[in-house]
Amino acid sequence: MAETILELQNVKTHFPIQKGFVFKRLVGSVKAVDGVSLTLNKGEVLGLVGESGCGKSTLARTILQLLPTTEGRVLLNGKVLTNASSKAIKEARREMQMIFQDPYASLNPRRTVFETLAEPLKVHGVCKTEQIPERVASLLQTVGLSPRFIHKYPHEFSGGQRQRIAIARALALEPKLIIADEPVSALDVSIQAQILNLLAQLTRQMGLSLVFIAHDLSVVKHISDRIAVMYLGKVVELGSATEVIESPKHPYTKALVSAIPQPNPDSEKNRQRIMLLGDPPSPINPPKGCAFHTRCNYATEACSASVPELTSFEGRFVSCSRIREI
Amino acid sequence: MPLLTVTNLKTYFHTRSGIVKAVDGVNFNIERGETLGIVGESGSGKSVTCYSMMGLIAQPPGKIESGTAIFDGIDLLNCSPAQARSIRGKRISMIFQDPMTSLNPYLKIVEQLIEPLLIHEKISKTDALKRGIEMLEAVGIHDAKNRINQYPHEFSGGMRQRVMIAMALITKPELLIADEPTTALDVTVQAQILELISKMKKELNMAVIFITHDLAVVSGLCDRVQVMYAGRIVETAPTRSIFYTPRHPYTKGLQKSIPANQPKGKDLYTIKGLPPDVSKPLPSCAFASRCEFATERCLVEPMPLSVDNEGHSHTCLRVHLNEI
Repeated sequence: MAETILELQNVKTHFPIQKGFVFKRLVGSVKAVDGVSLTLNKGEVLGLVGESGCGKSTLARTILQLLPTTEGRVLLNGKVLTNASSKAIKEARREMQMIFQDPYASLNPRRTVFETLAEPLKVHGVCKTEQIPERVASLLQTVGLSPRFIHKYPHEFSGGQRQRIAIARALALEPKLIIADEPVSALDVSIQAQILNLLAQLTRQMGLSLVFIAHDLSVVKHISDRIAVMYLGKVVELGSATEVIESPKHPYTKALVSAIPQPNPDSEKNRQRIMLLGDPPSPINPPKGCAFHTRCNYATEACSASVPELTSFEGRFVSCSRIREI
Repeated sequence: MPLLTVTNLKTYFHTRSGIVKAVDGVNFNIERGETLGIVGESGSGKSVTCYSMMGLIAQPPGKIESGTAIFDGIDLLNCSPAQARSIRGKRISMIFQDPMTSLNPYLKIVEQLIEPLLIHEKISKTDALKRGIEMLEAVGIHDAKNRINQYPHEFSGGMRQRVMIAMALITKPELLIADEPTTALDVTVQAQILELISKMKKELNMAVIFITHDLAVVSGLCDRVQVMYAGRIVETAPTRSIFYTPRHPYTKGLQKSIPANQPKGKDLYTIKGLPPDVSKPLPSCAFASRCEFATERCLVEPMPLSVDNEGHSHTCLRVHLNEI
């Protein structure tokens, strides 16, 4: 039995919307993450996909306790993180780190590579001050950069190299869990492949668990063991990466997969597109019942009445009440 | 006669750290009604090529060093500003990458949408408004009558890109330049926008230059594809040939590095190294330093341009000599 590193129990993150200047009153809330339950095993790569605004990044930030949870619990190695003391959260952050999307924005332009990479080591007192340069140099080597870059500034690096520095920063504390929020979407195809290989290799070598967020499904399929598809703050399908992408079951996943253009003119011509009408509904007022029923081709009256649960179906989990009929 | 013929276009930027040869001798043409894809990584010069034709390069630091772009008998690079104005926005339109920043947030959609009509056509404001509403409906915006009076922030990303397309197409242009129009959008919205562009293209019989870094987007949409690297075109071919019989090692490398084409669980193929710094002098073949087939000769000998009878051309010395 694989060991669980991360467990989410019905996690909800809502952002309140207030109106009024002096007498603020609550007029509603943005239900960015609305009841997500997941587990992540040691050494596993979980892909998180969905359209923008579906709550992928909010979920990532909720896991790291960068955002307060409205409801539910986040457990890291069996310890509850939600509403824990700030001391306990600081401890937990040694175990989990994040890589952000835009390497141009996530590195401080006024700090050298050394300063950036030394900071987590100092904050957490991982090693003696005199050992820090050595540690930083070895970190750079781990991510495939030469230690002679140690005193350079971010602007002297290309996008791919900056993302390597961001990865090195995440690895500095030797975490067990890394959350990568669209780490390759700002990069070119040829550089993207280099960074994906590096991430895959690091998770293998160091036994890291990885939550990999992306909107490019072929990238997610390549790197992940399992994939969770999100729609309006909920997980609608969860299963092994190959199965979810090659034979999607939930109508939303089907539409999402069918929208990927194929790098191949023949299969592109034969591709059956399931066009989704319009844009995702607002998470302020999500549709009643199944959140997807407003855009679903299979929706019936019943779909707008009851909220489907994520239930086991043919070796994966799908939340669709008509799954057996369609 | 082709609709647009670009010959030996060179656009350099004179910066403090040297001359950046963003576009370095580009030749291509496009027929009426044809869709041409320009593919390349960032910095390969694909956008600068199109900006140069449209007169959108800031001068200085940019300078169009040489070249002609003959659009229906008029050289866009050497014509009078009045002539350029009568073509730009009327017969050639452009869609930009980021719909969030390419609309003016202070102006209502209606003002931005019918502006090209009021400038380029003798038309009353009521008629222009009518055309504007029709155009919004044509690009799939419901309730166009009311939405035309809204501000850009009231539209979602995909909807804004639709407004941009409506704005570009309202003068019924003969050539549409789309600069990464779907890069900032979700896949589902991307599919809608691509569908819309090909539908409008058929309706208006316009030529489209589609700039993208995503080979997959090109495969369903374009008739012909050209691949750019470091300011030069390295390969041009009909879409099928580019995908099934690529010749240039860079095109091959690009295709091989797409994750969808590779077996899961294995390392992805990567093109080693980084794109070259175009402010430094480049060898004869700009790709030589990253190419696994490069020899000494690739660095010095001029690259031949070989064209076969299907119109598939490339600039690789060793493929030309049948060595690889």
